[in-house]
Amino acid sequence: MTKKANSSDTISRVWKFFTSVKLTVVLLLSLALTSIIGTVIPQSGTASEYFHKYGELRYKILSFIDSIFDIFDMYHSWWFRILLLLLTINIIICSIDRMKATWKILFVKIPPFNVSRFRRLEYKKEFSESSMPDELEQVYKPIISRSYGYSRVEQTDNGFCLFAEKWRWTRIGVYIVHLSIILMLLGSLIGSIFGFEGFVNIPEGESAKKINLRDTTQMHLLDFEIKCEDFSVSFYDSGTPKEYRSSVVIIENGKPVVKKDIIMNDPLRYKGINIFQQSYGTLAPEEVTLTFTNKETGMEYKKKAVINKPVDIPEGLGTFIIKDYSSSAGFKGHNIGEAFIGILTPKTGDPVNILLPLRFPSFDKMRKGDVIIAVASYDQRYYTGLQVTKDPGVWVVYSGFILMIIGCFVTFFMSHQRLCIEVTGKGSQSTVMVAGTSNKNKMGMQRKIEALAEKLDKLLP
Amino acid sequence: MNSSIILSVTTFVYGLAAFLYIVSWIFRKEAPGKAAFWAAVLGLTGNTAGIILRWIESYQMDIGHAPLSNLYESMVFFSWTVLIIYLLVERKYKNRTIGAFVTPLAFFAMAYASLISDRIQPLVPVLKSNWLIAHVIVCFIGYAAFAIAFGTSGMYLIKRKDTEGKSLLVKKFPTANTLDELTYQMIMLGFLFLSIGIITGSVWANSAWGRYWGWDPKETWSLITWFIYATLLHAKMMRGWHGKRIAYLSIAGFAAVLFTYFGVNLLPGLHSYGAMGQ
Repeated sequence: MTKKANSSDTISRVWKFFTSVKLTVVLLLSLALTSIIGTVIPQSGTASEYFHKYGELRYKILSFIDSIFDIFDMYHSWWFRILLLLLTINIIICSIDRMKATWKILFVKIPPFNVSRFRRLEYKKEFSESSMPDELEQVYKPIISRSYGYSRVEQTDNGFCLFAEKWRWTRIGVYIVHLSIILMLLGSLIGSIFGFEGFVNIPEGESAKKINLRDTTQMHLLDFEIKCEDFSVSFYDSGTPKEYRSSVVIIENGKPVVKKDIIMNDPLRYKGINIFQQSYGTLAPEEVTLTFTNKETGMEYKKKAVINKPVDIPEGLGTFIIKDYSSSAGFKGHNIGEAFIGILTPKTGDPVNILLPLRFPSFDKMRKGDVIIAVASYDQRYYTGLQVTKDPGVWVVYSGFILMIIGCFVTFFMSHQRLCIEVTGKGSQSTVMVAGTSNKNKMGMQRKIEALAEKLDKLLP
Repeated sequence: MNSSIILSVTTFVYGLAAFLYIVSWIFRKEAPGKAAFWAAVLGLTGNTAGIILRWIESYQMDIGHAPLSNLYESMVFFSWTVLIIYLLVERKYKNRTIGAFVTPLAFFAMAYASLISDRIQPLVPVLKSNWLIAHVIVCFIGYAAFAIAFGTSGMYLIKRKDTEGKSLLVKKFPTANTLDELTYQMIMLGFLFLSIGIITGSVWANSAWGRYWGWDPKETWSLITWFIYATLLHAKMMRGWHGKRIAYLSIAGFAAVLFTYFGVNLLPGLHSYGAMGQ
């Protein structure tokens, strides 16, 4: 018996703990404060990035803290999730707890009114009219029923009471807001369980089916192939990028099914998978036209070259082979951009390493060799970097968004307003009292009462 | 006549309005208050004309877009919103002392704008979206409402210090209750628009980057701001907090707003807005 009482005691204590608004305030402020950490320490970086940024000692200290508190990925850490979970429980329990009282107010057949409560109000307006209550009733009733959804007249000993109210339902506003937050959290949970976020780099003309998942080394196999037919980037005159455009074809079972140009802010969506333009880069051109200039004779020869295939240089000057392409080659500690790296093997003597930066065509002259090698032309090839995501929870989150806006509006700017106009006759005179209450924005209601009293006072001479 | 000149003149007109509001408040004179009101109206007119003209100019430059795309333009729009909301408040509450605390904010924003580049720039790919206008407008309505709440919270704290009602400086202030109420009203307005701002930003991010939330420093700070004001609203609605504590929370909230807008650029980040991840 006592055991049972004890356990129900515990339950009620836990319940009470979660109904407290103090807990809400503590949780909201804790979330606000701890969230700062992740904006000061870059999140989800690689070990070398952190090492580079913080130096050895500070990196060691931080990574020790990280091993317990996940500060390098704090928004997905156990303790941050616990805070969110506590907030969720807090929201749900608080809402259920208060819902009971709201329910009773919300679903009444006949709204109860109590004259004496209105009489006791601090803020009310009174004026007198030289008309009988019956006449006033005929005048007031249509005016009030026009702007209040519900109104009724109750006869009193020497006059009447006109009760009216509107927007009773707005009392659920706050529950809409709370529901919206639950939906957002639920949607993000659905997304993190059933969705994925990945990326893939596809060279022009090629296609891909496997994508790299973010923050892991895992791959994900799509049900279809993404083919990049073309990528282009355009710039404004000032040099800032204007548009990145990937012409993409979705190939399913060997057949092209969708064709679309993906630009930023205009992704391709297919079968619940979203494909976004994210980045791009240059690739080694497949074929390069090189010029070889014999320094002695001044003769110039154009020859096509392919990576890793030796080219014979005319006039017996040896062979040249392109070994590599780099999108950011280094020369004496400087980044000189895209460049080919090759090896020149002269007829006599040792092989020489050759650097052919695309931005500086006469770079090889500096070497002062017997032959000057330069890049005459090449086909620029790009790869497009696509973000590939699936998030089945996004519509749950979006419905949360809509409810959040509606709920906030209702909660902040609409209130359950109740009005009482009491008219007491005395001979051919009447005294009119106008009073009203609202569950929110009391000052606004006072202004309304004042305006209404003024309006009614002026109605009759 | 181009928009830059009009907006520079507007800055001075706002400065004048702020000065006159302060004079009217300190010397408790009606005339400078009236002049301040007309200066504010004039400034707002110039501000509006400047925004429209800048919009037209961008089309003449063949890079047409709404003037809401960089720091300069957002400061100009912020001042515009502050002035509109303030003038509505002045009309409703019939009190000009609030102007002494609010119009300087619009002036500072414009003055800050005049220190940075006012070049009309073409839009980078990520900004080319219909969400740009909606997102920026709602965010700045929210920020403007919070700015006004910040001003009235400051006034409340000054008013409360003078418990005996002796100080002539606060004589013309609205009552402490009215200031408290006004702060609350502005915060509710701001909170609604901040929420819509975060939501539109989120939907936009989902169409540009494929995720609606990424814990980017800017996103996170807007959420921190949201948490602070949510705390304030719960404390006020459910625990009956009012007065001083609400005023302090409101000031803390506005500090978070400022940090969300300016401070975030100082933070280290592996990601940055508008940049293609290359």
